[in-house]
Amino acid sequence: MKKTLLAAGIAAMMLGATPVMAKTLVYCSEGSPEGFDPSLYTAGTTFDASSKTIYNRLVQFKPGTTEVEPALAKSWEVSDDGLEVTFHLRDDVKFQTTDFFTPSRLLNADDVIWTFERQMDKENPYYKLANGSFEYFNSMSMGELIKSIDKVDDHTVKFVLTQPNAPFVANLAMDFASIHSKEYEQQLLDEGKPELANQQPVGTGPFQFVNYREDAAIRYQANPDYFRGKQPIDNLVFAITSDAQVRYQKLMAGECQVMPFPNPSDVEAMQQNDDINVLEEAGLNVAYLAYNTQQAPFDKPEVRKALNMAINKQAIIDAVFQGAGQVAKNPIPPSMWGYNDAIQDDRYDPEKAKQMLEDAGVENLKMNIWAMPVQRPYMPNARRTAELMQSDLSKVGVDAEIVTYEWGEYLKRSSDTKRDGAVILGWTGDNGDPDNFMGVLLGCDGVGGANRSQWCYKPFDDLIQKARTLDSQEDRAKLYEQAQEIFKEQAPWDTLAHSTVFMPLRKEVTGYKIDPLGGHSFEGVDIE
Amino acid sequence: MFKFFLVKLAQLVPTFIGVTIVAFSFIRLLPGDPILLMAGERGISAERYAELKSQLGFDRSLIVQYFDFLKGLLHGDLGNSLVTHAPVMDEFMSRFPATLELSLFALAFAVIIGLPAGVLAAVKRGKTLDHTVMGISLTGYSMPIFWWGLLLIMLFSSTLGWTPVSGRISYMYFIEPVTGFMTIDSLIAGDWGAFLSSLHYLILPSIVLGTIPLAVIARQTRSSMLEVLGEDYVRTARAKGLSNFRVIMVHTLRNALISVVTVIGLQVGLLLAGAIPTETIFSWPGIGKWMIDAISRRDYPSVQGGLVLIAFIVMIVNLLVDLAYGVINPRIRH
Repeated sequence: MKKTLLAAGIAAMMLGATPVMAKTLVYCSEGSPEGFDPSLYTAGTTFDASSKTIYNRLVQFKPGTTEVEPALAKSWEVSDDGLEVTFHLRDDVKFQTTDFFTPSRLLNADDVIWTFERQMDKENPYYKLANGSFEYFNSMSMGELIKSIDKVDDHTVKFVLTQPNAPFVANLAMDFASIHSKEYEQQLLDEGKPELANQQPVGTGPFQFVNYREDAAIRYQANPDYFRGKQPIDNLVFAITSDAQVRYQKLMAGECQVMPFPNPSDVEAMQQNDDINVLEEAGLNVAYLAYNTQQAPFDKPEVRKALNMAINKQAIIDAVFQGAGQVAKNPIPPSMWGYNDAIQDDRYDPEKAKQMLEDAGVENLKMNIWAMPVQRPYMPNARRTAELMQSDLSKVGVDAEIVTYEWGEYLKRSSDTKRDGAVILGWTGDNGDPDNFMGVLLGCDGVGGANRSQWCYKPFDDLIQKARTLDSQEDRAKLYEQAQEIFKEQAPWDTLAHSTVFMPLRKEVTGYKIDPLGGHSFEGVDIE
Repeated sequence: MFKFFLVKLAQLVPTFIGVTIVAFSFIRLLPGDPILLMAGERGISAERYAELKSQLGFDRSLIVQYFDFLKGLLHGDLGNSLVTHAPVMDEFMSRFPATLELSLFALAFAVIIGLPAGVLAAVKRGKTLDHTVMGISLTGYSMPIFWWGLLLIMLFSSTLGWTPVSGRISYMYFIEPVTGFMTIDSLIAGDWGAFLSSLHYLILPSIVLGTIPLAVIARQTRSSMLEVLGEDYVRTARAKGLSNFRVIMVHTLRNALISVVTVIGLQVGLLLAGAIPTETIFSWPGIGKWMIDAISRRDYPSVQGGLVLIAFIVMIVNLLVDLAYGVINPRIRH
């Protein structure tokens, strides 16, 4: 009885403290952000808490798609030679007014130039502060790509490139390209505390930063001056909850309304819960098994194809992904433009596979299968996948041994051109461009690096290189479709799976869209 | 007494040096490279890798790095986290009060329940009550924290709705940290709602973290009570015709407490170890969760700094326990 009274008392106090009108959405996020300056980091958790809420970019991915649409730039044009990209900025964008900053002017070309200068100009104080560690900017080779950024007028900015590069505009929709306020960061520099930009962020986005309690909660409030209008919810709270099981309990108890990354095994129960909606979408990712095409007998396409046919991929989807995925036949996911749906996958056929191996003169083949030690969005359990492959391969007379290394070591060793064995790995798209998969993972430049099959095949590479320089998406798509045919013929990988992303949220939440690129954004979300 | 204190303090110095060596080498012995982990699938060019390595000072010899670490330590500087770039000392100090607050509540729970339970079991030796208390404490001792925590959450939070699932305080309150103790800070702010909310959020994690120490304390109290109950002076006290209550509470318990206090002191290490899973389940923003994150990211400065600080705290607590003996039992003061 006493306990009930106490509980009631506490409940009453809590209710008393809530302003009746304010709408608050609580998101059970999966981890703590590393900081609030998205240019410094590469983790999705950090982007959700910074770029997706607080900032905007020149262009953005249309919510729920990978299509690029205007954002801070209302339009842009690419010159005929593909070397100049000119953006026309909106003239009604105000940076957020917070306890620590009051903007005196609207967004202009200076802010855009500043944003990129701080990531590439060695003399910029922010470049010095971070020792140039803008890893995403660097890994997208932006520094080599951008020759100069010119201010045409207050609301026009021209990027001059060193070479034509079609994915460039899509790159600018990525988190690292979030536009910073030059005025704010200049103010911090004048005050001698530039590092605060990473703790007290100011952007133009739908929500503005209120405060952060390390490892516990981040609070935001709707930006009243947002250029697309104030958000329907007033407050947004990220309640940091690292355990998936606990996030689920919190969602059921109503302590949060949205949670990412459920345990695959909980999804079915969630779908049956009347209070919860489970959104699902194919993730923009691929899991693959990469042979080392520089080593015999894997240098022969027919051997690789035979091995592909020996592996039962549907069984992997059923057992490892528990249905939360689909068999992959191409190196890019089906939701991406340029996907070639006419491709025929190497069908599971152990008899034929055995025959093909014999024809190729391969007998008593011994090989290593590399299983990564961590769970990734595209691969729930690589060890189990490798075990299934091992048993499939034994049926065609191939003796496979499973090897693994610590994750960092795994990534490094698997890049080595002399690596022994086939590697399980995967990729999540950065910018929705096919080049981000086929160029990075299968191009000749990537050999010894991201190209784990060490595969440099001229006919394929020529298509990829050419596609990079064209402006028309239609023309590019055709080249990528051809490239996928060559890929399938040559089979440098066994394409394993595209995983499904699940997003459980409470029934009262409306307007949430799954971001195929893996981010979590609450723009336009409401509670009924 | 002061000399006793100084001797004990001097004994800590070699232990502390040993701890710095272990903390420094532990994280480096684990396979894994913080730079490669940061780069992930995207990879990193060889030039950039070399550049980062030299910026972080990881290209120097281990001996040089170790002495650099020691030198910083003597100045109270543990370096900066590789991930957040903030000073490790600040990162630790902003989280430690949360762990301490939880541990103190867990310990209070363990002592308040464990001590009387142990006394009762000893007094009713061999009776049903004794078997029940000891049975329950054995179960509690063997309970995996993760499973136990989830079980309590499902029952009390999800099904009954009595307690919140996880967190440290309702998101409706933001209390400026002064001491870092949510209960104290909310009182300083004069916000009763926040104070009650923080207590409400402490209930389940304290029970979960306190369960194993509770079992240990109950069992230790029982056995040392039984030992003392067999002493001649207890028989004498009874022969004098003192009330049973007085014999138990004054003559027996006080003497039995010495070994119980030792055990309570030893629980501090156990509490800090138990804090890791407990903080993970209850999303408690303390050092347990922070250390796990730091280890998985191979954040060398955070891991070595955190370990040294934790070891330092355990050592200080043990020192205090040694001093407490002196208070309880004057015979060992000299």
